[in-house]
Amino acid sequence: MAEFFQQVVAGLASGAIFAALALALVLIHRATGVINFAQGEMAMFTTYIAWTLIENHGLNMWLAFAVTLVFAFGLGVGLQRTVIRPIERASILTTVIVTIGLVLIFNGLAGLIWSAEVRAFPSPFPNDTWVIGGVAISQQDVGTFLVVLALVAILWAFFQFTKIGLALRASALNPDASRLVGVRVGWMLAIGWGLAAVLGAVAGILTAPTVFLDPNMMQAVLIYAFAAAVLGGIDSPFGAVAGGLMLGVGLNLIGTYVDFVGASLRLPVALLVILVVLLVKPAGLFGKTVTRRV
Amino acid sequence: MALLELRGVEARYGPVRALDGVSLAVEQGQIVAVLGANGAGKTTTLRSISGTVKRSGQIVFDGKPLGRRGPESVARLGVAHVPEGRGTFAEMSVEENLKLGAYVKRGAIDDDVARVSAYFPWIATRLDQHAGTLSGGEQQMLALARALMSHPRMLLLDEPSLGLAPIVTREIFRIVSELNEKEGLTVLVVEQNAAIALEVASYAYVLEVGKVAVSGPSEELARNESVRKSYLGY
Repeated sequence: MAEFFQQVVAGLASGAIFAALALALVLIHRATGVINFAQGEMAMFTTYIAWTLIENHGLNMWLAFAVTLVFAFGLGVGLQRTVIRPIERASILTTVIVTIGLVLIFNGLAGLIWSAEVRAFPSPFPNDTWVIGGVAISQQDVGTFLVVLALVAILWAFFQFTKIGLALRASALNPDASRLVGVRVGWMLAIGWGLAAVLGAVAGILTAPTVFLDPNMMQAVLIYAFAAAVLGGIDSPFGAVAGGLMLGVGLNLIGTYVDFVGASLRLPVALLVILVVLLVKPAGLFGKTVTRRV
Repeated sequence: MALLELRGVEARYGPVRALDGVSLAVEQGQIVAVLGANGAGKTTTLRSISGTVKRSGQIVFDGKPLGRRGPESVARLGVAHVPEGRGTFAEMSVEENLKLGAYVKRGAIDDDVARVSAYFPWIATRLDQHAGTLSGGEQQMLALARALMSHPRMLLLDEPSLGLAPIVTREIFRIVSELNEKEGLTVLVVEQNAAIALEVASYAYVLEVGKVAVSGPSEELARNESVRKSYLGY
């Protein structure tokens, strides 16, 4: 039983990371209908920025994280304005190719600048465990979970209670009507990319201490995030978070109790989730259809 | 000088020319109607003003040429466009729709919510309702209320009667003329229902295939039998 709870807690922590990246995917997809395949590589790249600031420039870890988030926001905004905006009206295939191109660019750039060497990344949380009723809970896991939870809460409040948040939602729902009330929709889309990049950076910073930093570290995480987003509903922010947590816990339990899956077949299980959800319930678990009277 | 003036405005959708040199003027405080059959270019006339279609020719609002301005920028000048199909945010609450209407304004909006609720009393009690679940007439009223939130200098109203029962249409036009009388709101309204539009507007333009065919004071157009028969169909 202790093992079961331990796996659940660990699953919630990895699930929280999937959730953060899935939320980034959902934010961009809701606003522009684009699936940003480069979300994971952008996260990896920004994590390297944090690493460089700490290792090469001697910055305090927390300060480095803060600078990294600002950098990530700028990166997201800049990419939208320079690369994505010109192909706004192009076909889906074009945007897919462009974001895949970004994957290669960020991956290559990271290798070029920081080499493919695997590096240790400092964890913001102590490497201790709490033992509660025979269940060992890693503080790293708890910290990861809480950080993502707090981030999601802040984002939710931002979207729900601020004027820019309202304009961001409006731009995603109905860009034409938004322009008519004076919302600068182009900039709202850019801000959406910025926020998504910030979520990605947090996911990267939380991933790196356990899987170590290398240019390919986010690739598997991105697949899990896709599975989480599809599971929850690609247009549902709540679904992305719930999907991420469900997937994290589910994969951990399957890996532990289904012998032939183990650790090595987790990724195929995630792909299976994507496949099954798309076949059975394409809107995902929380993708909702709004009732409308015409 | 007119608050809004169009001189030789042309617009096209791809190869299709929708406006072929439209000229019209709207004075401060006036209600002006644009009438005509389907496809005459009524909606495109409004869209050329708000910048939601590519246009050429001269459009001057309050002395400023609108030339290349996009819809965000035209809205910020104080032109509120209630588009065809109303353009309300169905997935958002009534209150959020109103907040978006006041997007270009700074500061609190409570006073303005109270102000527009005076014209549409049901709004005050249903701020939390999803706009998508409102009836057609209520959605049209919400679209109007939202436009009023920004204290527009001019209202562009596209086919407010579309899909509404005659009694609801009448109510909406009554509110429009009340707004005009009480707040001095300048209105350019596009309407298929010529009879009701001519009652409310003081001046009207009749479009035919992208051009102004006839124009004049509403009473004259309404009295003129040949105009009524050939252009207005009643």
